[in-house]
Amino acid sequence: MNGVHDMGGMHGMGPVQQERNEPVFHERWEGRVFALNRAVGSWGKWSIDASRHQKELIPPAEYFRISYYEKFLVGMIELLVNSGLVTRAEIASGKPARGSKKLSPPLTVDKVPLLVANGVPASRSTPVAPKFRVGQRVRARNINPTGHTRLPRYARGKLGTVERDHGVFVFPDTNAHFLGENPQHVYSVRFASRELWGAQAGPQDAVYVNLWDDHLEPA
Amino acid sequence: MDNARRGFMKAALTAAGAASSSVYAAAQAGGQGQALPSDTALRVKSLESLLVEKGLVDRKAVDALIDTYEHKIGPRNGARVVARAWVDSAYKQRLLTNADAALAELGFGGLQGEHMVVVENSPSLHNLVVCTLCSCYPWPVLGLPPVWYKSAPYRSRSVIDPRGVLRELGVDLPAEVEVRVWDSTAELRYMVLPERPAATETLDEEQLAALVTRDSMIGTAKIAAPAARGRS
Repeated sequence: MNGVHDMGGMHGMGPVQQERNEPVFHERWEGRVFALNRAVGSWGKWSIDASRHQKELIPPAEYFRISYYEKFLVGMIELLVNSGLVTRAEIASGKPARGSKKLSPPLTVDKVPLLVANGVPASRSTPVAPKFRVGQRVRARNINPTGHTRLPRYARGKLGTVERDHGVFVFPDTNAHFLGENPQHVYSVRFASRELWGAQAGPQDAVYVNLWDDHLEPA
Repeated sequence: MDNARRGFMKAALTAAGAASSSVYAAAQAGGQGQALPSDTALRVKSLESLLVEKGLVDRKAVDALIDTYEHKIGPRNGARVVARAWVDSAYKQRLLTNADAALAELGFGGLQGEHMVVVENSPSLHNLVVCTLCSCYPWPVLGLPPVWYKSAPYRSRSVIDPRGVLRELGVDLPAEVEVRVWDSTAELRYMVLPERPAATETLDEEQLAALVTRDSMIGTAKIAAPAARGRS
């Protein structure tokens, strides 16, 4: 979707402000939100792609007003309700509905080290042939889907070169909408900065974007 | 709250979308004394107790995850990788061609670093990592991302004006240096292998690792030679 989350190339956002000796979390609740989000994700009711898209659906003014971990909180609550794990009434009261059965969490404390060490790989061993080869000139498709896509606006319609084939991965554009993993090749595509931004860019500079087969067409 | 932090908060509240937050505003309104818990803190507390009571979440698992990213996993991991690459050219080659396997040799990998790519800076090439669409960042080697990395200014500007961003952050690159910006749009996570500073021939691997900063592995900083450190 052409949302405000797709920020590459926008103007007017001000200087980059770095904080010295920044803590990992600024408030205790930020850590709780971070970890709760990971823990409820272990139910497998939604993918990381769906979770990213949920945050993209936050209305633009709100997206800018609230902090990073507030977006996490808003997105997590929507996913919990949409997946049926909790109801809005339960969120409002903070109490389980009367008569609801107590479940067993999939992510118990003993499984945390394994989750951290192994992660949740998005690569797939599905034998899918690549549609493009390293060195090939390609054009990022000019698409404007209303749903989730990992093809940023600034690259759409632009010419680039396939620099590396990373193998087969889940396709977020369908997976975010529970429409299947649709595994396909992911590439590093090199776009000359001048192709993206015109003469203001450095003549030898480039932006590398990871794109999937379905984002590209032969140039 | 010290002055530096207060200044940062103020700046964060004025910069569009940087880290502006009703929560921080509420905390500030609490003044010098004991701040009342913010609405968000209360909402999170209520949500957590609901999730625990329903058996959806193990509270000890939540504690363990926080402890992991507050205390165990952070940029010192990446610094060890960089130092090893500086002293061992065969390791460096493995790191640049198959980062996952090379990182696993040192025990690093996993969540939000399942598929890693390491890119090398040189006198003629400078790499910079960003995630314009969200906040993708290589957790196993750098920990969780700082607020500025996730902020609108960094996400919007680093692809269209990387040299301007770098200049503001103290890295002034000559025109002849090629700048490569890596936008983390897939489940591939990028780490920059910074240039080894001059006058470090006598340092051992551990001393070298101590020189490596988080920002140098994102590409927003260079590493100063030891003699120059503290003067800049």
